[in-house]
Amino acid sequence: MFTENPALLGFVTIVIGVGACLGYFYLSNLVLDTVIFPAKGSKAGRNINRANMVRPWLFLFPALFALTVYLAYPVFETLRLSLTDRSLDGAFVGMDNYRQMMNEAKFWEAVRNNMLWLIVVPAVSTAFGLLAAQLTDRIRWGNLAKSLIFMPMAISFVGASVIFKLIYDTRPADQNQIGVLNAVWLSFDGGLGSVLALQVLPSVLLLAFAGVVAYVAWLFVRDIVASGRDRSLWLMPLRLLVGVGGLWLIWVSLSGLGGLWFSEFPYGEPQTWLTVPMWNNFFLMIVLIWIQTGFAMVILSAALRGIPEETVEAAIVDGANPFQIFFKIKVPQIMGTIVVVWTTITLTVLKVFDIVFAMTNGQWETQVLANYMYDKLFRANDWGVGSASAIIIMLLVTPILIWNVYNARKEMR
Amino acid sequence: MASIAGKKSGLTWAVQLSVAALVLLWLFPTVGLFVSSFRSADQISSSGWWAALFPSEQSEVYRTADPDDTRVPDGDGFVVTGNIFEDAPRDILSWGVSSRDIAAFRPGETADMKDGEQLTLQPDGSYEWRGSADQLKGRGQRIFVTATVPPEFSLSNYETILFSGSGQDNMAKAFFNTLTVTIPATIIPIVIAAFAAYALAWMEFPGRALLIAAVVALLVVPLQLALIPLLRLHLEIGIGKGYLGVWLAHTAFGMPLAVYLLRNYMVGLPRDIIENAKVDGATDFQIFTRIILPLSFPALASFAIFQFLWTWNDLLVAKVFLIDSTGSTTVMTNQIVELLGTRGGNWEILATAAFVSIAVPLLVFFSLQRFLVRGLLAGSVK
Repeated sequence: MFTENPALLGFVTIVIGVGACLGYFYLSNLVLDTVIFPAKGSKAGRNINRANMVRPWLFLFPALFALTVYLAYPVFETLRLSLTDRSLDGAFVGMDNYRQMMNEAKFWEAVRNNMLWLIVVPAVSTAFGLLAAQLTDRIRWGNLAKSLIFMPMAISFVGASVIFKLIYDTRPADQNQIGVLNAVWLSFDGGLGSVLALQVLPSVLLLAFAGVVAYVAWLFVRDIVASGRDRSLWLMPLRLLVGVGGLWLIWVSLSGLGGLWFSEFPYGEPQTWLTVPMWNNFFLMIVLIWIQTGFAMVILSAALRGIPEETVEAAIVDGANPFQIFFKIKVPQIMGTIVVVWTTITLTVLKVFDIVFAMTNGQWETQVLANYMYDKLFRANDWGVGSASAIIIMLLVTPILIWNVYNARKEMR
Repeated sequence: MASIAGKKSGLTWAVQLSVAALVLLWLFPTVGLFVSSFRSADQISSSGWWAALFPSEQSEVYRTADPDDTRVPDGDGFVVTGNIFEDAPRDILSWGVSSRDIAAFRPGETADMKDGEQLTLQPDGSYEWRGSADQLKGRGQRIFVTATVPPEFSLSNYETILFSGSGQDNMAKAFFNTLTVTIPATIIPIVIAAFAAYALAWMEFPGRALLIAAVVALLVVPLQLALIPLLRLHLEIGIGKGYLGVWLAHTAFGMPLAVYLLRNYMVGLPRDIIENAKVDGATDFQIFTRIILPLSFPALASFAIFQFLWTWNDLLVAKVFLIDSTGSTTVMTNQIVELLGTRGGNWEILATAAFVSIAVPLLVFFSLQRFLVRGLLAGSVK
């Protein structure tokens, strides 16, 4: 009856839902205080104490119920499903689903792309966010600028995908381009300007990136070789990981440099950007970076404002220039916040589904794990492999989960 | 910061310019979509949206009225008069009568064609075409005009998307479906989470620390893991796919953040107020509804905004728990994805549909930004 009119249905739900919640809390408290443990008679004192022991659980029950059934139970159920096969009527098949998944090229493509996303998106968003935070804090119309950069946060991934599809749009060569990227691309003709903008500038950026990576990696690795430092054993894997990852990134950027100088650019031909393998990943990442930079900026800007002014004043008195103040005084003091922003964006990246689904649906080598999983679950109807890939996402999230819980517990003490 | 030392930084201008560049870069994509939503299909496919903001130079072909009906005797021959711009006047730069030389004349000049045939075009578009009976017959004379065209925008795309469009092109139903999903899914978790947060913040009981840690852990569990088990559960207990399922799912998925945000806020409320109330004989239920809830308004508002934006913009949860094969409960995000598939080149439809769906979150964002920022800071900066 109500299903005929969704708006009415929604309204009735709000009334019933909210009413039921409030009613539950009120009545359960009432029953507890007057029926089960009445605060009168010979056992009044003991009853009050008992009621107060039960009451927190009354308050917690609906939330705990929702968390258990909708978040905790599915983790284990998904783990179980990943070890069974739907077509065999849910029989236990051990690691078969994982084995099948590992043999698929599409899975490894998704893993490789996800790694790329995990490195590029948090790094670029945080860097842009830090830059925007620092710059906007120094000018009068900074708040307006902040709210405009923050705005994409409110736009859905799907909406953002449409926005960027228009930017990447391609028309045949003899028509006016309506996508900005192609319009800009066609204005390059291979002359000096093109060499400067498309080869020299990216080379400088790549070299700078490689330099930063090398520096960060060295910071982590040097403690292994240096003596007399803190050599706690459990940090060793992290240090090695950062070192190896750093080397890989340097290799990637240097080989990119080679590509810049030794490949021919197809000047004058409109490109279908989303179908160019490898590069299309970056075009998709730009969408998420565009959305997440505002988030990083807002949080880092608050952290920058929290820096004690004395430290900055002292640096100025000592003759530090603005760059030194920023990198040597401010950034070290907000390192904790930078890590929080980084991990939060990392979590978003791991779950990114809508952008890939709406823009390429994983074609042209742009698959990511979340979309791969959706594909398996709802198109191939293979719940086993789908669950297995969900477990892979969970595994990737787990280090952050442990780190967060560890920090939360440390704070509460 | 440099002003502390008593000298104005020389970098100020560079900073102003870089911020302006950054803001423009960040606005540019959205503005593109916004402008495109006011252009017709022809306009969108003939030029980039950035060209639409300025008067543009365009070459167009017009034809005079057909001489057989409209010519009038004049001296030795005939004349046809009229105006080529019937409804939209243009600023003529140059014109011509042959496709080989479309910019031969300036407005006001007279073109001498063969054997005394003449055509005069005035700057306002009115023309006089003179000639003999042989020359002025058949179809009207072609006139090639190069003119500046003022920017033209219309609301007709919005009319199509919101009212007159049929089938997939009409977003009205999806708009209300989205609203139906969003509002209960925003309000109900707040009520449930507020009670739990109060218990975790101000009630003493064994296992409290463990529960808080569990909430922090669940905060990062990807909801991808929940899809299949919950869909199976919903199908088993008879909820199936529908609004009830999606409300429950959104309520639960928003719960960790809600409990976490609200608990952090409530813990910071002054202890004196609560203890005084207890001494005066208030029950926990009264303390919660009369003191804690009103004081926690900012935190409640921030979570409400988060949850609203998240449920409004969501695609995955709606696809899994709500939208069945009939598609009658589709939400806007899903409809846009379908439009991307079927109407990929029809930018007037796509841009308008996307803008309709992002207009509401943008409105919420700009009017309630204060609370959103506060919530973000409470949620992540520790």
